[in-house]
Amino acid sequence: MSDVSYNSGTSENEAQFGDFIELLKPRVMSLVVFTAFVGLIAAPVPVHPLIGFCAILFIALGGGASGALNMWWDADIDRIMRRTRKRPIPAGKISKEDTMALGCALAGMSVMMLCLATNLMAGAMLAFTIFFYVVVYSMWLKRATPQNIVIGGAAGAFPPVIGWLAATGSMAVEPWLMFALVFMWTPPHFWALALFMRNDYDDAGVPMLTVTHGRPTTRRHILGYTIVLALLAVGAAFTEIGGPIYLVVAVVMNLAFLLGAWRIWRRDEVMAEADNYAAERGFFKLSLLYLFLHFLAILAEALLKPLGLGGWA
Amino acid sequence: MSFKKATHELHHRRLGRNVGLALVLIAFIGIVFGLTVVKVTSGAFESPSVQQEGG
Repeated sequence: MSDVSYNSGTSENEAQFGDFIELLKPRVMSLVVFTAFVGLIAAPVPVHPLIGFCAILFIALGGGASGALNMWWDADIDRIMRRTRKRPIPAGKISKEDTMALGCALAGMSVMMLCLATNLMAGAMLAFTIFFYVVVYSMWLKRATPQNIVIGGAAGAFPPVIGWLAATGSMAVEPWLMFALVFMWTPPHFWALALFMRNDYDDAGVPMLTVTHGRPTTRRHILGYTIVLALLAVGAAFTEIGGPIYLVVAVVMNLAFLLGAWRIWRRDEVMAEADNYAAERGFFKLSLLYLFLHFLAILAEALLKPLGLGGWA
Repeated sequence: MSFKKATHELHHRRLGRNVGLALVLIAFIGIVFGLTVVKVTSGAFESPSVQQEGG
């Protein structure tokens, strides 16, 4: 068979290298990289820079594999939702089969390489994270329960634990505090998105809380989770990962976050539509800054510790 | 007789993809090589003969 006979598709639909990168959900990957990096640095064991780099790279690749497998499984609903219909599979650039093959290959390779570069526990935890995101969240719970986001949040919360494990090879309480921070942050972050991406989830039949229990309930849930998150985030300041810098960041950011959640709770749909969901959009943007600054503060405390400045000691 | 290299529009379309893949593979080789050097020189690694003597 010559190349000429294999001239399928048009040039607009030809997948470029960037389309394959898009399958790995680079924006989610950036969160994975950053939180895993903080977990690795916050660990009390020094890591060789190249091994640390490789650990983060393979954790990111594992996250990318999860993203690709999620896009393979959810291709049908991605075609319906406005937010996702330009992804490579719905756009007709990459086939579902190729996406699954890429996801499986990257998943296997990232787990194996993380085991070799660091230790078996880190590799096993990465494998579990991929399994949790793809099988437990995407295949099983996403279309079955309105608590999908709560459970899915766990998958996104594992990277700091994997980073810590990559450095130490053993478990401790501190990485689970970072896990709890991401875990409790995820529901209000996504529910705010669901509020202003109004009909997307309804059309796709994904049982988001906004669809199954209505918008007023979602607003109440956002406030409830934000209160618990604030207690957790400020409380973490007095643990091994915290310190004065973290405490200042946590107090300021949680006050702002609580205020945002309070505003969302007090509004109804008429008020929200009047200003095109300004409060919900603002809360969503703030949530990105919220998580970034909390982890940046944990990182600062960890980096200052060797100089005798970080933490409470 | 012409020895001009046969090209097709398909080759141009896929150039970016192939170059990208080549760079990824080169980077992967570099990473595996670097990891090997670090592991061997960090002291944690023992050759099989040393392990036998020790055990």
